[in-house]
Amino acid sequence: MSLESHSEERSLVSYRSVDLAVSVVLLICAFVLGWDNLKLGAGWAPDGPESGYFPFYLSVILGIASIVGIVKALRTDGAESFVGRGQFKRVLQVAAPSIAYVAAIDFLGIYVASFLLISGFMIVLGKSKPIKSIITAAIFVAIMFYVFEVQFTVLLPKGPLENAIMY
Amino acid sequence: MDQLSSLLHGFEVLLTWHNMLLMLVGILLGIFVGVLPGLGGPNGVAILLPLTFGMEPTSAIVLLSCIYWGALFGGAITAILFNIPGEAWSVATTFDGYPMAQKGQAGEALTAAFTASFFGSIVAVVVITFLAPLVAGFAIRFGPPEFFAVYLLTFCSFIGLGREDKHKIVIALTIGFLLTQVGMDTVSGQLRMTFGSTEMLRGFDFLVAVIGLFGVGEILLTMEESFSFRGQQAKINPRVVFETWKKMPKYYMTLFRSSAIGVWLGITPGGAIAASFMGYSIAKQVARDKTGFGQGRIDGVLAPETAAHAAGTSALLPMLALGIPGSGTAAVLLGGLMVWGLQPGPLLFVEQKDFVWGLIASMYLGNIVGLIIVLATVPLFAAVLRVPFATIAPMILVSCAVGAYAVQNATFDIWLMLLFGILGYVFKKLNYPLAPLVLALVLGDKAEDAFRQAMIGARGSMWVFYSNPLVGTITTLGILLLVLPLLSDTFAKIKARRAGTHDIVPPPVSEA
Repeated sequence: MSLESHSEERSLVSYRSVDLAVSVVLLICAFVLGWDNLKLGAGWAPDGPESGYFPFYLSVILGIASIVGIVKALRTDGAESFVGRGQFKRVLQVAAPSIAYVAAIDFLGIYVASFLLISGFMIVLGKSKPIKSIITAAIFVAIMFYVFEVQFTVLLPKGPLENAIMY
Repeated sequence: MDQLSSLLHGFEVLLTWHNMLLMLVGILLGIFVGVLPGLGGPNGVAILLPLTFGMEPTSAIVLLSCIYWGALFGGAITAILFNIPGEAWSVATTFDGYPMAQKGQAGEALTAAFTASFFGSIVAVVVITFLAPLVAGFAIRFGPPEFFAVYLLTFCSFIGLGREDKHKIVIALTIGFLLTQVGMDTVSGQLRMTFGSTEMLRGFDFLVAVIGLFGVGEILLTMEESFSFRGQQAKINPRVVFETWKKMPKYYMTLFRSSAIGVWLGITPGGAIAASFMGYSIAKQVARDKTGFGQGRIDGVLAPETAAHAAGTSALLPMLALGIPGSGTAAVLLGGLMVWGLQPGPLLFVEQKDFVWGLIASMYLGNIVGLIIVLATVPLFAAVLRVPFATIAPMILVSCAVGAYAVQNATFDIWLMLLFGILGYVFKKLNYPLAPLVLALVLGDKAEDAFRQAMIGARGSMWVFYSNPLVGTITTLGILLLVLPLLSDTFAKIKARRAGTHDIVPPPVSEA
């Protein structure tokens, strides 16, 4: 959806730097994976390739392609913005709660965590009325429970609350 | 006519209350998924796939393929009313669709888009009905070398035909490939690239990757812009619909041309997105009266929508006949086949007649029902988009998490999904294509197996890929597809240099 005109705000980081950084990371990955597969055996046994053969040469291709990427990135000028400050702030506003949410699933179970995520999101970012947010989140979680546990018997992770009410 | 009697049989399988209900649910869910930016065809299907694990395969594919048709229809609503492409293939629809809506012709634009989609799909389904059994019959003689050659052709055509930077396509492909190889090697039983971690033993599931890359990644992208959408009003009533339909016959050439382009590009992997752009630009080139494109011409809506839908539908042909998906969503559906215990490939037409023809019959019916439903429910779905994104975003996130978890009942997969989401966000912003990554994730280990089986059969001689005319032709075709664009680029550069101007060759630009 990059067709949307990006607002004229201060750039946080240039397209070129990120492009370069990603290529370098990929090159490192290629080295690590290539090395690991070489240890495994990337040669040619009498009946065809060994286990490491395919991944080894894929790593080589990945390495070459990322070197091309590095060269290309170095040759472009760095005017274009990768992400603006305001944009990045908004992205973090989703990314941070998402990480907290996934972490919470382990302790609280997916239903409670989802309820907290949806209601919290609506109240803090959407500036909705707390009551409305809580009701919306509760209805969503209830539907989720009905569809997965009751209709399709897909068991989702549960936490202390579910244990307490003995489900 | 063998195909016709098979098709009739397919309708018999399909026409039960249970399946019809699933079809209805699928289409509604699909439109919903297509309308919302951040939920698309591939990850909508991926999220719901775990729900179908316990279902009978035919019912499951009816549900999931109807989600796909619905998503194809739904993308147009967002494109026309909100100027946001709900799906990548609707980008070209915004060019003329949104201006029409601004002029107060939203109803006409929507009717035109849906009708065009319907038309493109039906053409593609007819092609599938008659061509797929032939292709499958032909492919039944394929052995491992032939299959590897076809995989090679698929990957090469992605690189050769892709609009993005070539090295980025190659990177996307190799990453997908490498990810499939993590875990236990199926041939020798050795562990690869696990780095001593037990979680990595299982390897990466492509569904988790799809949900992360397309679902979470897309939400992050959408959040960049703003929290609310502003759109045009949708006024659609039977009168507008019939008025627009009366105008349709005038544009029969546009419809047929775009269908042909779409069917062709859908069968060759590379897909619906390219088809919609090509449909649009060719309509623009051949139009006698060239004024008004981009300002709200009805054929500017018809051309890309027909092509995109024809391509999206015909992408299922290679999936059914050869076991090679032509698009991201087709790749997910193919993954579904394996989950339901069906072996994708040409034998499907012999061993699973009910399944195949039930699916093909559901393509006909699904598109007819879909057209009616989507026309009737536009105002409803437009209202969905007026719900603040801060309400919808966490719900999509939760759905993604549930989908990722349900694949293998592992919380670790939810973390992976998040990781793939961030990767998807960065890759999308850097114009890395995601479809090749997903395709390689689905086909990677099958390609490797085919290669190694071919090698075992040929005692390690690479010449097996030129051992008979069939496999030789496919291999050569693949290599040509890979090399030709590079050659033509080089020639163009040399020509430009001879002419003394260096700036004639435009750098490859990719649109989203």
